[in-house]
Amino acid sequence: MARTLINVPKTAKKGEIIAIKTLISHEMETGYRHDNLGKAIPRDIISLFVCTYNGQEIFRAELHPAIAANPFIAFNTVATASGTLEFKWTGDNGFSATEQATITVE
Amino acid sequence: MIKARALPPVTASEVDASLAASHLAPLAGRGRRRRRRVRGILSELSFWMVPLTRSLRSRPLPPCGERLGPRHAPSIAALTTFAAILLTTYLSSPALGAEIPPDERKSGYEFMGRDTRAMQDDDTANPGMLSVLDGETLWNRKAGSASKSCADCHGDASERMKGVAARYPGFDAARGRPVSLEQRINICRAEQQQAPAFAPESKELLALSAYVGRQSRGMPIAVTIDARTRPFLEAGRATFFRRQGQLNFACAQCHDDNWKEKLAGSPITQAHPTGYPIYRLEWQSMGSLQRRLRNCIVGMRVENYPFGAPELVDLELYLMWRARGMPLETPAVRP
Repeated sequence: MARTLINVPKTAKKGEIIAIKTLISHEMETGYRHDNLGKAIPRDIISLFVCTYNGQEIFRAELHPAIAANPFIAFNTVATASGTLEFKWTGDNGFSATEQATITVE
Repeated sequence: MIKARALPPVTASEVDASLAASHLAPLAGRGRRRRRRVRGILSELSFWMVPLTRSLRSRPLPPCGERLGPRHAPSIAALTTFAAILLTTYLSSPALGAEIPPDERKSGYEFMGRDTRAMQDDDTANPGMLSVLDGETLWNRKAGSASKSCADCHGDASERMKGVAARYPGFDAARGRPVSLEQRINICRAEQQQAPAFAPESKELLALSAYVGRQSRGMPIAVTIDARTRPFLEAGRATFFRRQGQLNFACAQCHDDNWKEKLAGSPITQAHPTGYPIYRLEWQSMGSLQRRLRNCIVGMRVENYPFGAPELVDLELYLMWRARGMPLETPAVRP
């Protein structure tokens, strides 16, 4: 399981714009590099990141080989209700990671 | 191609101009377009020019070395080509500038842009923290035929490892010389855990040193200098000031004399090892101080030292002593 760091405010006022920051450890091997013997290093990247808020998708990003290792994705959303934010990264070689964070909206 | 002409002593601005001129012959164009091309060429040459022209500026012409006698002095003044400037730098061996005064010392952090600083300051945005978390796992994991974890002997790292990284490289009595933090981890692994050593720059070794280093964040760097470590400090200092390699460069020429300048568009920093192991954006990974030193050594075109070489550890010791009192930032982010 890849290591992740998630930053979601614990509490927010209803209607407030909140910043969400996510960081995940991943090599993001482009597939364009060669090893010392000239053999191509196969591509191994995260290709999709999706964030859902109480089951509803609020953010989606497609990642490509030009994204650096350990992708850091930050975005904003409106705090509508208390509940759970779920983050899911999927990628090559069956890579999949899921994280959750809870938020209380007053 | 050295032309011997009787000319007044070369000033630094003339050196700049003549350097540009010697490379501009094939260029046509006038006015702004031409100036832009000149600037382009100058920036390409900046790797060479900045340290060289600056060192000329600070001391108009350095005293001659043995191989160029005083009777050649007038012709030195007339050297106008790029090769000639290289030659003068090569032949001269002036006393290098003084060390940076304590109140002018700056961490690499202060040379960074706002975004990179923000990345380092926020533990959920700092990629080095991923490595610190890995290190925490390794700290508590049993390893080797002794089936012991670091925590079994050392206990809670947040208490027992506080300030430790700020004191490394530290003297090892059994080896009779200072060892780096990475070496200490591997010594512990071999002797206490009876496990194979981690490879240099391996994820595990960097994770453990980042985790141990994190416990000293904000604490002042304080290596122990006493009768036992002083000879190694002096050896490290000698390496820092010694001109070496194909470019005949000393570390001090950039990091003591020219830290206010830029090299290929990037700031030359003062080389204070305040945040190792660092997450370097260029590497897209963590790296130790020795990796960074070996990087610089490649740029200087010096035959490199292997990881863990005594020369590198002595240099580490000197650099940590040079940064004494500055707060540790581990895991730092650098561009």
